[in-house]
Amino acid sequence: MLVDQIKEQLKNKRADDFESLYILRGDIVGIVKKEQLIDLCQYLKDNPNLQFDFLSMITAADYLGKNEKRFEVIYSFYSIKQHHRIMLKIACDDNEEIPSLTALWDTANFQEREVYDMFGIRFSNHPNLTRVLMDDDWVGHPQRKDFPLTYEAPEFSHNRDNIELDDKSPDREIF
Amino acid sequence: MTRKTMTLNVGPQHPATHGVLRVEVELDGETILNAKPIVGYLHSGIEKNMEAKTYTQAITMTDRMDYLAPMSNNLVYVMAIEKLMGVEVPLRAQYIRVIMTELTRLNSHLVWLGTHATDIGAMTMLLYTFREREKILQMYEFVSGVRMMSTYFRIGGLAKDVPEGFDTRVIDILDTFPSKIDEYEGLLTENKIWKNRTIGVGKISAEDAIKAGLSGPMLRASGINWDIRKANPYCSYDKFDFEVPLGKNGDTYDRYKCRVAEMRQSLRIIRQALEGLPHGNYIAKDYKVAPPPKVEMLKKMEQLIHHFKFWSEGFSPPEGDVYHSIESPKGEIGCYIVSDGSNKPYRVHFRPPSFINISALNKLVKGHLISDLIAIIGTTDIVLGEVDR
Repeated sequence: MLVDQIKEQLKNKRADDFESLYILRGDIVGIVKKEQLIDLCQYLKDNPNLQFDFLSMITAADYLGKNEKRFEVIYSFYSIKQHHRIMLKIACDDNEEIPSLTALWDTANFQEREVYDMFGIRFSNHPNLTRVLMDDDWVGHPQRKDFPLTYEAPEFSHNRDNIELDDKSPDREIF
Repeated sequence: MTRKTMTLNVGPQHPATHGVLRVEVELDGETILNAKPIVGYLHSGIEKNMEAKTYTQAITMTDRMDYLAPMSNNLVYVMAIEKLMGVEVPLRAQYIRVIMTELTRLNSHLVWLGTHATDIGAMTMLLYTFREREKILQMYEFVSGVRMMSTYFRIGGLAKDVPEGFDTRVIDILDTFPSKIDEYEGLLTENKIWKNRTIGVGKISAEDAIKAGLSGPMLRASGINWDIRKANPYCSYDKFDFEVPLGKNGDTYDRYKCRVAEMRQSLRIIRQALEGLPHGNYIAKDYKVAPPPKVEMLKKMEQLIHHFKFWSEGFSPPEGDVYHSIESPKGEIGCYIVSDGSNKPYRVHFRPPSFINISALNKLVKGHLISDLIAIIGTTDIVLGEVDR
């Protein structure tokens, strides 16, 4: 099915689920209301015209200070039978929970764990929402924009006065 | 009386886990009740690191994920940016990309076959496959100067054109390779021990495979005909004639057959691409995203400015996000990029096929014996660099 037809069908049948629905660079993108996610995914999966049976990717992005709601969770669905793709997005804040897709797709399990691990976004009804890449006792979520890439800024002779001394290594020497 | 179960740690330092994978196995005697893959030992924050590099610099990070298929990783990343910016890639570059990524597929499958067979006890295979892999690594070195972390693909095309003598070297590989595959098959395909160890092991139905997000040969061995090269052709794959090998039972033996058949198809594609290799530019003539030729740069002021701007500041794609996926040797590798209009990516995420394939481990091993676990980890074809990123 062509992207225009998919967009048309979703506009006609499921307009209430979306905050917006548009086509960008040949891909169809929908901003979804959080409460409708599971229901919409079930529809996308079962509808004979759409058949989005493959959950390709779940990830997130941190728009700290840019968007009203800090995070965006991004899903990419694919139809193995019809070879078309759709991207769904949900905006969410620090304290919000996103419904988990583990009941519909097993692959959501690890991918949602990774999102939780990297961003600290929680998924409700997830069977085992624990860290997957970082250590269990790790503090913080590395992919957040306020998580520093390195703790120590590289020092050179020209910037040594500008670098704030880190509390963790007060006695380090500058060579 | 309740039966006691035993919990056993396989790995992380275990040669058959192909890296630093730990599997927490719950056993009843020798039967596996549950297996929990524990990953992350190799996590190096590649996605986070890429946010601190310009778009061109970040290509080097992609090689280091799946280090057995570096060119596939390069390709998905550069193609995502090309899609974001609407860059047209010259036909010659597309064909060379196809040749190199298909060689990459051979490379990855050879390492898979060698290690997988060695895990199960066919020790000879590793020596055989690494002998052929050496030729492919030499091809890498020939075109890019590096044996593994090639970073050969650039946004808009290639780092440089292929050197003279490229085609004779590729033809040499094409001519000798089929007999080598026959050799591997002679050792394994009808081998009684091999069949006993693989048939019916790690079976997964088509429906479960889709639910588990498996892709690539893992999915096709269950009989699902989905190859992104055919379904959503990129890089002129629609111009080449090739078949997608399918399995029936979705067990370890079928996955073996699928991958070996894929190697033969890759050779077909390379031959067609080499025969039809057009002349022309190896990189787009858009100097905003690609450096101008050295000769012009030395003579023209404008090109010198382009050169300087490109290598110092880089370029800034329009604001927005994009997802692009291609068929890597291990399955669907995808790249999601968010641009905020600056010269560095705001967010990069890879859909790593290895990470998603290994997440289905429990489903594959349940009810099998502990020795089958090794066979199943082998057939999943994971690279821990990609699992953990």
